[in-house]
Amino acid sequence: MIDMKRRTFLKGSVAAGAISAAMGAGLLTPRMVLAAWPTAAFEAKTVDSALDALMGSHQLEGSDKISIRAPDIAENGAVVPISVETSIANPESISIIAEKNASPMTASFLLGTGAQGFVSTRIKMGKTSSVIAVVKADGKLYSTGKEVKVTIGGCGG
Amino acid sequence: MASIKIRAKLSGDVTTVKTLIKHPMDTGLVKDKKTGNVIPAHFIQEVTCEHGGNKVMTAMWGAAVSKNPYLSFKFTGAKAGDTIKLSWVDNKGESDSAETQVS
Repeated sequence: MIDMKRRTFLKGSVAAGAISAAMGAGLLTPRMVLAAWPTAAFEAKTVDSALDALMGSHQLEGSDKISIRAPDIAENGAVVPISVETSIANPESISIIAEKNASPMTASFLLGTGAQGFVSTRIKMGKTSSVIAVVKADGKLYSTGKEVKVTIGGCGG
Repeated sequence: MASIKIRAKLSGDVTTVKTLIKHPMDTGLVKDKKTGNVIPAHFIQEVTCEHGGNKVMTAMWGAAVSKNPYLSFKFTGAKAGDTIKLSWVDNKGESDSAETQVS
């Protein structure tokens, strides 16, 4: 019992530390933060911690205004085409997350002035998992997911 | 180094940019089959696209983007003949850039 509490406490303090570090960096200039590659987010091992590191939150709101185009079955996990399109007004960024990859955060696209809510790329997936698209708009995170079956993994040898 | 193939096509007022970059995108998880040594991570971390001094798109990538990455996105505000510039930087500090005209 005591040990359980200690675990929760440790987890909590680590998360709080990460957020405050991110906020501290944010105080410098927003532009600088955009330019710096978010190492912590890409090295995070879970979807929640990756989102915390990148966006400062993992409160996702399901949205039907985001559509993911990806194959139902990917024969080759090394090349999985993913397109994300959103009709949410003023999207700030679109992130693509492969839930069961060793490092789930795959790519994050920061949309500048004039950029439309659309990105298309190809990613590697280690195994069957859901692909989550996270759109940031108005300081909120919206998401939708799609299951992609992978026949041959593409992340390890 | 010509590692970038890029095309930008205007349709209505939306410009669609499509690009292919030649890059190994090694994750650092794969072993070399001949030597048994792990191939060190080598992947593009950041891709930026500029139009008229304005960054229309900045992509932050992890190692899980496929080898020889493909990227496509759309933006408004460009005219035919405008120059757009795309550049990338990888985790070893290597970089390249290319320019193209919107057609």
